[in-house]
Amino acid sequence: MSEHFERMKDLPSTHLLGAGTALCAGCGGLQAVKEVYDVLGPNTVFVNAAGCMTLMSVYPFTPFRGSWLYTAMASAPAGAQGVRDALDVLKAKGRMTAEEDLEVVVLTGDGSANGMGLSAASGAIDRGLDFIYLCYDNEGYANTGQQSSAGTPHGAHTSTDQTPAGLPGWKKDLFAIWTANKPAYAATVIGGEPLDLARKIDKAKAIEGPRMIIALAPCPVGWDYDPEHSVEIAKLAVKTGVWPLKEYVDGKVTHTRMPHPRTPVEEYLKLQGRFAHLFEPERNEALLAEIQGHVDAYWEALDAEG
Amino acid sequence: MTRQLMTGNAAAAWGARLADVDYVPAFPITPQTEIIETLSRWIGEDALDARMTMMESEHSMITAAGAAAATGVRVFTATSSQGLLYGMEMLYTVAGWRAPFVLVNVSRGLAAPITLEPDHNDILAARDSGFLQIHCATCQEVLDQMLIAYRLGEDAGVRLPVIVNLDGFYLSFTREPVDLPDKSAVADFLPPFDPGPTRFRAGKPVSQAVAVLGGVPYSYFRYEVELAARAALPVYDEAAEAFAARFGRRHEAVEAYRCDDAEIVFFMIGSFATKAKEAVDRLRDAGTAAGLLRPVLLRPFPEAKLRGALRGKKAVVVVDQNISIGKGGVLHCELASALYGQRGAPGALVSFIGGLGGRDIAAEEFFEMAAVAAKAAESGETPPPRLLYTGHELREMRKLQAIAHVEHAEAGETP
Repeated sequence: MSEHFERMKDLPSTHLLGAGTALCAGCGGLQAVKEVYDVLGPNTVFVNAAGCMTLMSVYPFTPFRGSWLYTAMASAPAGAQGVRDALDVLKAKGRMTAEEDLEVVVLTGDGSANGMGLSAASGAIDRGLDFIYLCYDNEGYANTGQQSSAGTPHGAHTSTDQTPAGLPGWKKDLFAIWTANKPAYAATVIGGEPLDLARKIDKAKAIEGPRMIIALAPCPVGWDYDPEHSVEIAKLAVKTGVWPLKEYVDGKVTHTRMPHPRTPVEEYLKLQGRFAHLFEPERNEALLAEIQGHVDAYWEALDAEG
Repeated sequence: MTRQLMTGNAAAAWGARLADVDYVPAFPITPQTEIIETLSRWIGEDALDARMTMMESEHSMITAAGAAAATGVRVFTATSSQGLLYGMEMLYTVAGWRAPFVLVNVSRGLAAPITLEPDHNDILAARDSGFLQIHCATCQEVLDQMLIAYRLGEDAGVRLPVIVNLDGFYLSFTREPVDLPDKSAVADFLPPFDPGPTRFRAGKPVSQAVAVLGGVPYSYFRYEVELAARAALPVYDEAAEAFAARFGRRHEAVEAYRCDDAEIVFFMIGSFATKAKEAVDRLRDAGTAAGLLRPVLLRPFPEAKLRGALRGKKAVVVVDQNISIGKGGVLHCELASALYGQRGAPGALVSFIGGLGGRDIAAEEFFEMAAVAAKAAESGETPPPRLLYTGHELREMRKLQAIAHVEHAEAGETP
């Protein structure tokens, strides 16, 4: 456990991210970015992949006290590679002091992270790139109106999956893809659990190499709920076991929260319009059981491992 | 200064070495790979103090190149053909970042069908990207233009990335004698990269490549890039003049060969222009006043120089090693737009497509093209764009098709 963040009152009291961005009210992604930034501090350069967060910096405004580079949808990790390599070259050649160095942070949504950005992220892991990869996972191409992405959960309605069954596929396990390739660090977080998040960012900050943080990002617009429920939905994602909070260190995955007893998944689902077809006009018991079964299987497999 | 036999690829690598580049994001592709292999060897031998990073694609490679330049180091990278197109999104993107670096493209035809041999459809697809373009005809030019390209792109009034283009095989793998300048002389001609305020440092926050909302800021920034590219015309002339003064080799933005008194002028880019030079000499021996005009700088387009050189000419033969499918030659369109409505514009502008996928353009074809152009000038009627292909080539193609038919028949398929 991080010695900096033992209690809620240890969390940073000064907030670095400015207000007034064009992002939606109740954005779970923005909440996570804000909390991450407070721990990382201003000596960062965010290398952004096309997504919702592109709208954080719109000429001539930025909410960041540090730096920013917008790249494209597929190649933010490659942009991070170029920045990191250049900073290292400048230090090695004595054209920059160590104090002027920056933490390089990729900011990406789940659409890019699970799709066209996966190749560039994979390459960055192969090369042992010293960077933080921060994925805000709002489970769809939210910036364009919540089309299905590889991060969309089974059964959800999106603007491209509107049949009674919702999305037929299953959410891609990005955490497993990363950890299979032995990064320096990986963790799942959620803005609604700020202490857990701060501890993990604090830990990641002290490690060198490829470090991945994936934040489930409740999205009022894409998930179809009132913005006031964002934190409640985030907490339910953890309590129901839908979003396991865990970290990967030295080849080992540890769960930082064991929800027990787990709240039934439907408590999480029924707050979101994207799952309304599971309850109206009549309950889709089969699909609800399938989703609950998927969550149960995850935790039972974990119990079996001991 | 020493003189060595070297390939165009080696000349490109020497250009990067003499420019003292800091960073080389790389990805292999034929016929470019020898460039990055050479640089890797020199880095391993401590002959070049640079960092090379192997990327997983050209899209990432160009992103990393732009990002490193935006952080304040001198960057070199190289690609070809499919690779240039795979990275196309980022060509446009990084040009807008106004972070200068040099990219060597070794021209090669595009799929489909897939081929290794050269033409210019790859580089001309990057025509509108915001990268400046310099087209080389010899290995010496490749080396010299690399140095000019850094000076040009890094100029405070330009600040754009530059592509130095050479033809695959005809230059990439062809050894020619090349004068290697001394490093100290190069350092005088090309001062260290000054990134100005475009850099990332702790305590000096900067936001680069941010989004805009609406056409007003968008147009403003796009026009700035256009004006910077136009400003590169006099900067190129100044750099070429300084290069000539220091190294004794003059690289005009537009090369004119026996053009002054010419009536029929060939208009071409790249290494095949050297074939045209040979044809010009032979046409002159045969009594035709032929000449050659070769734009070295294609972006920015040296319009005024081209107009001046072609004023009063009887006819121009534009030989395009590319096809804009459904239209014809790209250079033909470019030149027509520069000449139309101009006083003293040539009487005929005749378009030929040739040299695709490494196909040769023979001396007799230059003779034929000159004859067609002369006739067009006399009759006042310009023929439609012509696709160069000989009867002999068609017979060879028919033989290949005959084999394919036999194989189909043996497999029991209907061809």
